[in-house]
Amino acid sequence: MATYQEFFLQNEERDGVRFTWNMWPSSRLETTRLVVPLGCLFTPLKERLDLPAINYEPVLCTRDSCRAILNPFCSVDYRAKIWICNFCLQRNNFPPQYAGISEQLTPAELSPQFTTIEYTLIRVPISPAIFLFVVDTCMDEDDLTALKESLQMALSLLPTDALVGLITFGRMVHVHELNCENMARSYVFRGTKDLTTKQVQDMLGLAKHQPSARSVPTNPNVPPQSNAFYSKFIQPVSVCDMSLTDLLGELRPDPWPVLQAKRSLRSTGAALSVATGLLEALYPNTGARLMLFIAGPCTQGPGMIIDEELKHTIRSHHDIEIDNAKYMKKAIRFYENIASRASINGHVIDLYSAALDQTGLHEMKYCTNYTGGHMVMSDSFNTSLFKQTFQKVFAKDNKNDYRMNFGATLEVKCSREVKVCGAIGSCVSLAQRASNVSETELGIGGTNAWKISGIYPNSTLSLFFEIINQQQEATQSVPTDQRGYVQFITHYQHLSGYKKLRVTTISRNLLDATTHLPAIAASFDQECASVSMARIAVFRADTEEGSDVLRWLDKMLIRLCQKFAVYEKDNPGSFQLTDTFTLYPQFMYHLRRSQLLQVFNNSPDESAFYRHYLLGEDLTQCLVMIQPILYAYSFNGPPEPVLLDSSSILPDRILLMDTFYHILIYHGETIAQWIKAGYQDLPEYENFKQLLQAPVGDASEILQNRFPMPRYVVTEAGGSQARFLLYKVNPSQTHTNCVWGQAVGAPILTDDVNLQTFMEHLKKLAVSTST
Amino acid sequence: MLAGPPPSFNAGPPTQPMQQQAHPPSQMYPNQFQQPTLPPNFQGNQHQPPALPPNFQGNQQAPPAGPPTYPNMQQQQYQQQPTLPPPSSVGNQPQFPPQSHYPPDNQQLPPPTHFPLQPPAPGNQPQYPSQPPMMSNGINQPSMPQTYPNQGPPLPPPSSSSVAATSNSLRPAPITPNQFGPPPTMGVPQFPSQPSFPNQPPSNLAGMPQYPGTQPPFSGPPSTFPSANQPPPPTGYPQQQLPPQYGSQSHLSGPSTVPGSQLNGPGTYPGQMPPAPVQQQQQQQQPYQPQRIDPDMVPNVVQVLEQSQEKIQQPFITNAPGLLPPLVATDFVCQDQGSCNPRFIRSTTYTIPNAHDMIKQSHIPIALAISPLANLRPDELGPPVTNFGEIGPVRCHRCKAYMCSFMQFIDGGKRFLCCFCEAATDVPTEYFNHLDHSGRRMDWYQRPELCLGTYEIVATKQYCKDEKWPEPPAFIFMIDVSYNSVRSGLVEYICHILKTDLLDYLPKDQGAETSNVRVGFATFDKQIHFYNIKNTLGQPQMMIVSDLEDIFVPLLDGFLCLPQDSRGVINSLLEQIPQTFANTQETETILAPVIQAGIQALKGANCTGKIYLFSTTLPIAVAPGKLSNRDDKKLLGSDKEKTLLAPINNVYTKLGEECAQNGCAVDLFVFPNNYLDLATIGEVCRVSGGQIYKFNYFSIENDGERLHDELKRNFQRTTVFDALMRVRTSAGIRPIDFLGNFYMTNATEMIFGTIDSDKSVSVELKHDDKLPVESNTYIQAALLYTSISGQRRLRILTLALTVTSAYTSLYPACDLDTIMNYITKVAIRSVTMSTPKSIRDNIITQAANMLACYRKNCAQATTAGQLILPETLKLLPVYVTALIKCDALTGTQTVSTDDRSLLMQRVMSMDIKGTFAYLYPRIYALHDLDENNLPPPMIRCLYERLSESGAYVIENGLVMYIWLGSQVNPTFVQSLFGVQTGHIQPEKCRIVDLDNPISRNVRTLLNMIRNERNAHMKLFVIQQRDSIEPFFKNYLVEDKGFTGGASYVDFLYHLHREIRNILQ
Repeated sequence: MATYQEFFLQNEERDGVRFTWNMWPSSRLETTRLVVPLGCLFTPLKERLDLPAINYEPVLCTRDSCRAILNPFCSVDYRAKIWICNFCLQRNNFPPQYAGISEQLTPAELSPQFTTIEYTLIRVPISPAIFLFVVDTCMDEDDLTALKESLQMALSLLPTDALVGLITFGRMVHVHELNCENMARSYVFRGTKDLTTKQVQDMLGLAKHQPSARSVPTNPNVPPQSNAFYSKFIQPVSVCDMSLTDLLGELRPDPWPVLQAKRSLRSTGAALSVATGLLEALYPNTGARLMLFIAGPCTQGPGMIIDEELKHTIRSHHDIEIDNAKYMKKAIRFYENIASRASINGHVIDLYSAALDQTGLHEMKYCTNYTGGHMVMSDSFNTSLFKQTFQKVFAKDNKNDYRMNFGATLEVKCSREVKVCGAIGSCVSLAQRASNVSETELGIGGTNAWKISGIYPNSTLSLFFEIINQQQEATQSVPTDQRGYVQFITHYQHLSGYKKLRVTTISRNLLDATTHLPAIAASFDQECASVSMARIAVFRADTEEGSDVLRWLDKMLIRLCQKFAVYEKDNPGSFQLTDTFTLYPQFMYHLRRSQLLQVFNNSPDESAFYRHYLLGEDLTQCLVMIQPILYAYSFNGPPEPVLLDSSSILPDRILLMDTFYHILIYHGETIAQWIKAGYQDLPEYENFKQLLQAPVGDASEILQNRFPMPRYVVTEAGGSQARFLLYKVNPSQTHTNCVWGQAVGAPILTDDVNLQTFMEHLKKLAVSTST
Repeated sequence: MLAGPPPSFNAGPPTQPMQQQAHPPSQMYPNQFQQPTLPPNFQGNQHQPPALPPNFQGNQQAPPAGPPTYPNMQQQQYQQQPTLPPPSSVGNQPQFPPQSHYPPDNQQLPPPTHFPLQPPAPGNQPQYPSQPPMMSNGINQPSMPQTYPNQGPPLPPPSSSSVAATSNSLRPAPITPNQFGPPPTMGVPQFPSQPSFPNQPPSNLAGMPQYPGTQPPFSGPPSTFPSANQPPPPTGYPQQQLPPQYGSQSHLSGPSTVPGSQLNGPGTYPGQMPPAPVQQQQQQQQPYQPQRIDPDMVPNVVQVLEQSQEKIQQPFITNAPGLLPPLVATDFVCQDQGSCNPRFIRSTTYTIPNAHDMIKQSHIPIALAISPLANLRPDELGPPVTNFGEIGPVRCHRCKAYMCSFMQFIDGGKRFLCCFCEAATDVPTEYFNHLDHSGRRMDWYQRPELCLGTYEIVATKQYCKDEKWPEPPAFIFMIDVSYNSVRSGLVEYICHILKTDLLDYLPKDQGAETSNVRVGFATFDKQIHFYNIKNTLGQPQMMIVSDLEDIFVPLLDGFLCLPQDSRGVINSLLEQIPQTFANTQETETILAPVIQAGIQALKGANCTGKIYLFSTTLPIAVAPGKLSNRDDKKLLGSDKEKTLLAPINNVYTKLGEECAQNGCAVDLFVFPNNYLDLATIGEVCRVSGGQIYKFNYFSIENDGERLHDELKRNFQRTTVFDALMRVRTSAGIRPIDFLGNFYMTNATEMIFGTIDSDKSVSVELKHDDKLPVESNTYIQAALLYTSISGQRRLRILTLALTVTSAYTSLYPACDLDTIMNYITKVAIRSVTMSTPKSIRDNIITQAANMLACYRKNCAQATTAGQLILPETLKLLPVYVTALIKCDALTGTQTVSTDDRSLLMQRVMSMDIKGTFAYLYPRIYALHDLDENNLPPPMIRCLYERLSESGAYVIENGLVMYIWLGSQVNPTFVQSLFGVQTGHIQPEKCRIVDLDNPISRNVRTLLNMIRNERNAHMKLFVIQQRDSIEPFFKNYLVEDKGFTGGASYVDFLYHLHREIRNILQ
């Protein structure tokens, strides 16, 4: 067990890959019987400090249908200077520049520690990244001022060669020309009209720039020449800094009057359409980031989410359920289309929403989910939540590289017995049909390659695989010997402008599940499985009713327990899970209760927001989302993680809960009283002060590393904000089972079943012969 | 409640008795003195009459031109009567028992006009000379002597009409005594014919025959003027009254004299003149007949004008129905005393035929030319503004006519009778006032609406769009910034003049300190660029809209700003625009979306306004309203020209309608180097009430000054917005046809986006029923508008006409200027529907019919060989010949398609003065200008009248030429243009500002002309025998036309033949 745990971590560390099953059954049937699908969480750009800088091109398998990249799993004949592709068994000659290789002198890509390796493709021309700010002006002066400050700050954080542009919108959409002397110029579009790319191009007068743009490819080695052809809308930050600053300075809230009992007319959809069209026309297939700032829902034109009348409230989950969301379907179609257009061209769309009410993230979520953009939800642009989050967008890593990367494509190569079913994450299909694409789709399937327009070191995809029947082979060849290979090839554009290519090759043993089931069970990675199942559930929740998804989750859990638990039929008492499965039901319990699947008390926007991050974050963070982490601080000992259970809520404890979206510090009743009495200010109670400081310090550490910035809440027993904690913990004590004064912890007023009850039921159902 | 009437009105002590009343008015209007008496017009004269005739005569003699032809005529008649065969006249009179006056008139007429035109003529002529003059003279004479003073041509006709129709009683009665006195013979027939005599006294009292029933008690408000009280003056009155009657007759006869009169005028007695000339002519003619008519012998415009002008010694006072106003081209002062100033409304005839048959027979159109905002002379009183407060305008509850001087109060002032529909309406309590013993309201002269024919009322909210007070109007400047526009320097120039000068000339309302007109700017090529000029901005912002399918205005706040607030930003913008587009390569432009945007901007700002659109090329860019070059000059003049001159689609028409409905108009300034399809584009101006200005091949050097001046004039002229005009008439007739540049959504209301002082509309009236001959008929035009300061007002124009059943009173009451205005507009309108030939034929036929009917009904005694013209219509032939040759109607390939469209549109909105000038251009000699005598005498439009050693200016209100004779003194040229004769270039040449008398005088004269025409006409300098001289010659309308039209003299032959054909 320990070894497996280590193996997982080591694998994750090295390759950014964690599989649900680390021993693969050798037949299709057996694979499906594993209940939890065979899949992995893959972090393509996993931060690795030890990767060598490789500035040459990778060596590809010469077979056209394969084109896999040379990797440590290939067998190499150093004498003959030949390598055999581990995917298709093709024998390939090394290219001439590899003439000098030998066992002692191997290139990095053959070194076993570099199953993941990154090539920098220096021959591909450099293209600086593009940032297009699309700014809503229908907000009050304070908010706009704060937003303008944030945008100013962003300008200073951008690489100096980055290209920037500005579009503002309210009732109308203004595309601002940069660097106009003496007179600010903008092209204006009606907010009620959906325009095709061609129209946008014509109206912005970009058609004429086309020839010049075409002239660039003729002399691709002289990229600076293209500087002369920078569009008037998008220019290097170094050139247009001043003018952009002026423009932002002149920016005023939308001047069109808002009548009483009406919403501002906000043309988010049209603005997005124009912005997408602009980028499409000027910079197809170039990394670009379209940052949309909205302070309310789109109220007119394409992508309209709610009409102008304030008496019509914005749709709730209930409205959606009863099909009472008039504009939703159309809006979803619109934004989905925009998102597809953007993602195909490698453009990222970020949504920064700042409003107390919903702003339509539910409809717009595709923009971020398809392109790998950020979705940020705050109450106002004038909050530190937004400001700091936005600042983090431009964060750099230890190597002083920007964390954001553009236009990634992820291609998956598999050895023969493995096929790709699909992916779940912030990506779109490239619809690349190949022999290793499975007929069975799970997630975004039907392809072996995906586009991830915006990719970060922590971007993580769920990929699902299928083992195809090779019964004859399996019986003929020695099963234990067989291995399956998967190679992930990620092309992406680094913010420095270089194209890079990262290759990760992994292999797992294939076992005959009929005979080696325990081994396979032992290779179960329940964390990865939980996250994978969560992602599937969320993916399904998008199209299916919430209750169906929950039922499916339950069913899967029961079936998994039936298959891998040890029990006597119809004897719940005998039920016992093996080590590798013990945590899984608990994760499932919390997943069921989480805001990821429970829509009660959440708006559709919030659901969209929560789900967005589940689809993008890495395993650890996803686990936090599923099951928040709770730390306790008290005088009784050092800080310790405690059960996410109502019994953990004690009067003399300070609790720190991290739900990924929220960081909450909860002062127990006694602590709260002490604070009120002001003990922390008394010199003799220095230790109390320290105790109070401890969780704050830990919280700020989390806050610093987390993107997006979590909502930071400090509360105390009985405080209204304590609800964030109370609805997360397992209600082991409720008003129904709590005898006053007897129990430790705090009773929760809820009818929800607690974990214990849940487990009872699970055992009962798992051992039951009738299910 | 009742707003204080304008100061002038207050002056008069309202409540005083009649007598007093008489005085106050006098204070108010110096002339009013005369008002009290019914025939107030004449009063003035009356006093003088006795003295006057002699004086006049004396005067008449003095002026060589014999301008006072009328008086002369009459006098002559007197004298002649004795000399000439009175019997003949008598003979005639019996024929027309009822209206003995007229017959003679008719006879008179012939003499003047009958020219030995054709072979037949000669034979007759001998007879005519003797007879007709005699007749006419005799007849006229009686009346004439007295009439002169007033008659200033206009006056008499009304009187005559009145005689014929209703008020006769008054006038004839008084008249007769006097008249008859002198010419006993004449008088006799008259008396019997006029039943009025007995009535006379009462009639005087009643003042207004219309309100017979009511009059006694109330002395109907209208009638007030002719205060019955003044029985004393009866003698005087009659005279006056008579004169008018006779006058009219005399007019008829008078003109006849014209040809000769010039010659004779000076020396001979006026009266004698007519016969004499005629005789002379005839005598001369007889010999010449085989040869040619002496052009000097035919009625000519210059002479008629001069004569009429000389007769105008007194203001024209509108205190009785049906008074014929002075010729439009004369210089006269009008006093409004019940009917509106003729500058506002003129009628083709001031005595309306009582039945449709008469119109059918006579072919005289019954139409009104209305210029509701016409400029008045500085010494005339502008319409006073009244404010009724909350109750709003007082109106007839049935026909909704507005209160006017002809409404009659009854029931002690509790109700009033509508003069249009005769319904009784309760007087609002706030408006109530007691009546005096004559039935007139005590406050009648304190209230403009009760004593004037023109007044304004401040409207209430009900009269506003959506019942919201309007905002002050805004001006939007939309400037073409395409390649052509930039290259020609236009963009820079417009920005320059706007910045440095024009914005200081924005119009303000009367009495306002500053203008509160907001301005907005936009430029366009294939896109539209809007500018934010909000005063809080450091620099202007440009917003570009290229969504042309569905245009919109991208900004709300800051597009329209007060120049005084945003001057800094505006100046900076106007500096930026030329720079920004200095290097443009864009050659394609759009137009319809630009206009649409302008409309939307005004709509968005919730205000009315004007769009000044500067465009250089045909809008060929892909957008709504895209046009293509469809010019085909070969079609012009052919039967297919209508396709070229009609709009190709209705896009611009629809835009014009939208403009009109939103209370705005487009003034289109075009600077084309090529075809622009004005026929289509111009629709937007036509329907909205805007105007087109055209500058071919614009260059700052040639056209800069003109552009600048035209814009300034455009700003400064009286313009109102979001206007709605409705014409109401007495029962029995009604408006059926409307001509001009406006939009109509129903059959009665004309909608103007804007209308200004230069614009006029024509309204044709039709009989629904027979009108009672004894009554008057009334016309009321009400214009509801938003003033330049944003005030909603109504302007009410009321005019009283008389009714007749006799041709003999119809013809003398005709106003030829108005008739020509109407005929011209009808003809131009049919260009796009009919063929040039049939239009010309129709005009000639109509003219021939008008004259033939006269001949048949009023001058039967003459022989067929004579061409006999009624006095009022004697210039008809020359105008008709000018009309059928004019560019707007029969432009051939010498006039470009666009110019033709422009002319057509211009003519359609022309006022009477404009059509007169356009039909008969003015020529002045420049080489012998006298500083103290400007303008110099006019010269007839004949090439032979131009001396080779002279220099002349000719203008028709649209264009101006200076013609230099081949032998012109080089120093003249040098001192005028500052260049040698050899260096004259037709377009480039300008009058240099040199300090010498010639230059000064010429410049003074040209400025006088331009101010009078309200336009900065383009000036061409042409040298005799220049290659482009034919263009100039084309304006000499009495000559053979440039493109083949007949000369005036030839046309007279033709017309005569037509008439004889009809008569046969």
